[in-house]
Order: sequence, then C-alpha cells, then structure tokens
Amino acid sequence: MAIAHVSPGTSTHVNPERSGRRIPYLLMLPGLLWLFIFFIYPLINLAETSTKTRAASQETGAFVQTYRFANYLDAFIEYQDQFLRSFSYALMATLLALAISYPLAYAIAFKSGRYKNILLILVIAPFFTSFLLRTIAWKQILGAEGPVVSVLRALHLIGPDTTITASSFAVVMGLTYNFLPFMTLPIYASLDRIDPRLMEASGDLYANGLTTFRKVTVPLSMPGVVAGTLLTFIPAAGDYINAAILGNPTTKMIGNVIDSRFFRIVDYPTAAALSFTLMAAILLLVIIYIRRSGTDELV
Amino acid sequence: MSRWFSRNLIRIYASLALIYLFIPVGYTMAFSFNDAGKRNINWQGFTLDNWKNPCGAPDICVALGNSLKIGFLSTLVATILGTMIAFALGRYKFRGRSSTNLLIFLPMATPEIVMGASLLAMFVNLNVNTGFWTTVIAHIMFCISFVVVTVKARVASLDPKLEEAARDLYANEYQTFRRVTFPLVLPGIAAAALLAFSLSFDDFIITNFNSGTITTFPKFVWISSIRGVPAQANVIGTAMFLIALFIVIAGQFIGSAKAKRKS
Repeated sequence: MAIAHVSPGTSTHVNPERSGRRIPYLLMLPGLLWLFIFFIYPLINLAETSTKTRAASQETGAFVQTYRFANYLDAFIEYQDQFLRSFSYALMATLLALAISYPLAYAIAFKSGRYKNILLILVIAPFFTSFLLRTIAWKQILGAEGPVVSVLRALHLIGPDTTITASSFAVVMGLTYNFLPFMTLPIYASLDRIDPRLMEASGDLYANGLTTFRKVTVPLSMPGVVAGTLLTFIPAAGDYINAAILGNPTTKMIGNVIDSRFFRIVDYPTAAALSFTLMAAILLLVIIYIRRSGTDELV
Repeated sequence: MSRWFSRNLIRIYASLALIYLFIPVGYTMAFSFNDAGKRNINWQGFTLDNWKNPCGAPDICVALGNSLKIGFLSTLVATILGTMIAFALGRYKFRGRSSTNLLIFLPMATPEIVMGASLLAMFVNLNVNTGFWTTVIAHIMFCISFVVVTVKARVASLDPKLEEAARDLYANEYQTFRRVTFPLVLPGIAAAALLAFSLSFDDFIITNFNSGTITTFPKFVWISSIRGVPAQANVIGTAMFLIALFIVIAGQFIGSAKAKRKS
C-alpha cells in the first residue's frame, strides 16, 4: 500500500481534506484501468466486430466494417433453438440447484452445531478438483460402460440400448452439479445472518414451525436466494462444457455455437453478435429479476 | 422410527446433497489408482504407479507447470489490485462509488465465453500473439472482481472503534494501518488469494480462447478427454484437492486458535 506511506505525521496537518479525497481514486486507479483495458475495451471492440462482414478477398479471418446490424438478426434466427435451449437448461438447473441448496444451507446454518465450519468446507471442497475432471467423471459414472447404467439394466429398469449420458437430462444434471456451491454459499450466508430471536419471537406469537419458516426465515433469506440464483443462472446459460461432455448434437447450447464459430469456422462477426445477444439477454433478465425481487444488495 | 425420520429429515436431505457433491470427487480419486494405462475408463485393478510417476503422461507436467505459474502470477497481481479497490470502496465515500461497484459486478455477471471471446477478438485485431502472457492478463481481469468482493466484505465488517483506539493511543495513520487495520483484514485477503488461485487454476473457457498454443492443466484434460483422460490427470486433480483442503482446514484452525487466545 504505497499510498499509506505518503502521509506519516506531516501531511495530515496540510489540508487533510484535499489529500484525503484523492486517496480512494489513487487506490482504485490500477485495478480499474486493468478492467477498462481488458474487460470494457474488448467488449466495445467485440461490438465493433459484430457488425463486420467478410472481406471481398474471401481470405479467412479478414473482415471489413460495414455496420451490418442484420448480423444480429441473422445469427438469432439461425440459432434461436440453441438460445432457447440455453435459457431453459439454465433455468431448470437453477431451480434444481435451489431445491437442493436451500435445505442444505438451512441444515448447515441451523442444525449443524459445532460442525458448521467443517460442513461449509465440505460444500466448497469439491471445487478444488478440476471441474473438467468432475464433469468427465459424471460422464463415466453415468456412461454406457459405467456402474449406474449396468445396475439399471440388470434390474431391467431401462432397456439395453438406453443411455443416460448424451441426453438433455445429463446436461441439466451436470449444470446443476457444477454450480451448486454458487447457490449454497450465498443462501447460507443470509440464513446465518438471521437473528435467532426473530424466529423465537415468531414462535412466541403462536406461529407454528411452518409459518415461522414461511413468514420469517424465507423472506429474510431472499438476498441470498437472489444472489445464488444469479450466480448459478448466469454461468449456466453461457456454459458449453457440460453440453459438450454430457450432451449430444441435439443438446448444443449457445456457448457451443459461439465456440465453434470462433475456432472452427473463424466467423468472428457471427460469434460476436451471438455473444452480445447472449449478454444482453442475460443482463435484461438479471435486471428484471433484481427489480422484481426488490433487493439491490448485489450492485 | 418415523418420528426420528421426520425430525432428522433435513439432516438426511443435507447428507444426500453432500454425497451428491462428492460422488465425482470420489470417482476421480479412486480412478487415480486405476491400472488402466491411457484409457482410464474401466476399472482394471489397483496400482500406485500413477502416483509414483505423475508426470508419466506426455506433456501433463508441462501443462501443470504452466497452470501453476499462471495461477501464482495472476493471483499476486489480482490480489494487490483488488485489495486496493476493496479498501477504497470499503473505507471512503467518494463520487463514482456506485458506478465503480457496478463495474466490479459486471465481469461476474458476464458469461465467461463472452469475456474470453471479446478478449481474443481484441488480441486478434491488435495482432497480438496469444500465449502465456495473454492468459495471465485474462486471469487477472476475471479474478479482480472476486478479490474485491471478498476483501470488501472483511473491510466493511471491521469495527471502526479499533482504529479510533489506535489513533487515541497516538498511532499515526501509517502505524494504524500497519498494526491494526491490515492484520485484521489479512484473513480476508488470504481467502481472496486462495479463491483467485483456484479460479485461475481451474479456468478453462477463457484460457482456451486466449492461451494460443500454451497448454494449461484444464486444457490438457480437455484435449485428452477425446481419447480418454490418463490416470495421471486424476492423480494431479486428487493432489490439488488434498492440498487445497489442507490449506483451508489449517486456516480454520489458525483462526479458531487465535480466537481462543483472545478470549
């Protein structure tokens, strides 16, 4: 913290107001500069790329700026199925993660006693194994040669040709799994902050357990639920790893399309237009959702 | 029995959720001992060979080395830059505070693929060859926000009375910062650094866009997954899991030992 060195003793007497006012800006300067150069500027650059068209020379990777906004419409029409699929998969995964995480977070916050910290570590711990390895592990566990399918086949619960992987079920399950801690931790944080006296007071006022839960616990945990659903939904909607590993060609999400447009087809304008449409759609949903749920805590 | 069941329903549910979380971790660990050679899909028998020779698979340790180097560099820079922003946001009221908060939130609300693609598009337009340093730049970029959020929470929860007390005891601003504020925020900074490192080490999407011909560990896993991931990758995944778990648990112990000494 170089800035803190500047003012031992003397400068506090020399107009502390004015020098103090500059400190936060100086502290933020390098970090914000980094974000402007490597986050904001690339986004502007991507916006510029999205309206380009292929150069007349037909050389791979050569594009000229023609301000062709129809790129967006073309890309959206061509890939509307993948867009719809991305959002419906992400929504399903978010709801499933919420259903799994809320009771888990509740149990950790209120029912775990002195094991609270250990349980919290257990929720984060799977993160420390590479998520690609874990997703590939799911592919093998649920795969045609894996243990689950063999057991189900032996019990004649599924036919000899049915598989679990290479399906939309497997993709949604993978998405749910991969973003589960993002859902659990914020919900836990807001449940843990609830003053237990509020629940006792509710009991004193003759509310039963369920009513207390509905009228006291759930409303007070809403900031965590909002944060958790956003932290799950946003990465899930843009993900293409789960679809690539656990899915099949009919479960492709918009991330898979952007990826292949960029690397295999070298069609930067379409990839850029798709990226922007995805980001705009996500931001729109996020804004509506935050407004609706009435918490501004995140921003 | 049924009463016990209904009273403990939530605990049973939570245990099942934890088991679900750990199934693929356990699978990855178990298959690090699989005597399967290159195609680590079916169980072929127990062996310690993979653990004795984790670099046995071609290029795996080059990839691991790159991941560690990129992880350390980006953690270092992102933690410094992010901590400075966190102090500014947690400590000062200034114009532009809420727009700064928004700017910090945006990278976390942007899908990785959009960040990766936009950064690559910029590098392509500027004729920059992607490789090691472009990956570091990208990792610092997406880690900063997570550091800011983590450290800011710690700065905000600090009791201002402690700093007032230091000033009452004639500590100047610098002494107050070094002896009181900084040590109190340090656990938050350590947590942020651990988070940044694990985000960087595990990142695939942004890395895949901006790393050119450089291989990182997740990239190695991705490329080899087409033919079958070698068991050595499971060894490294398991080792990373155990090391990180050790660090977190050790941190917990140090934290609770300190708390006990105080009380």
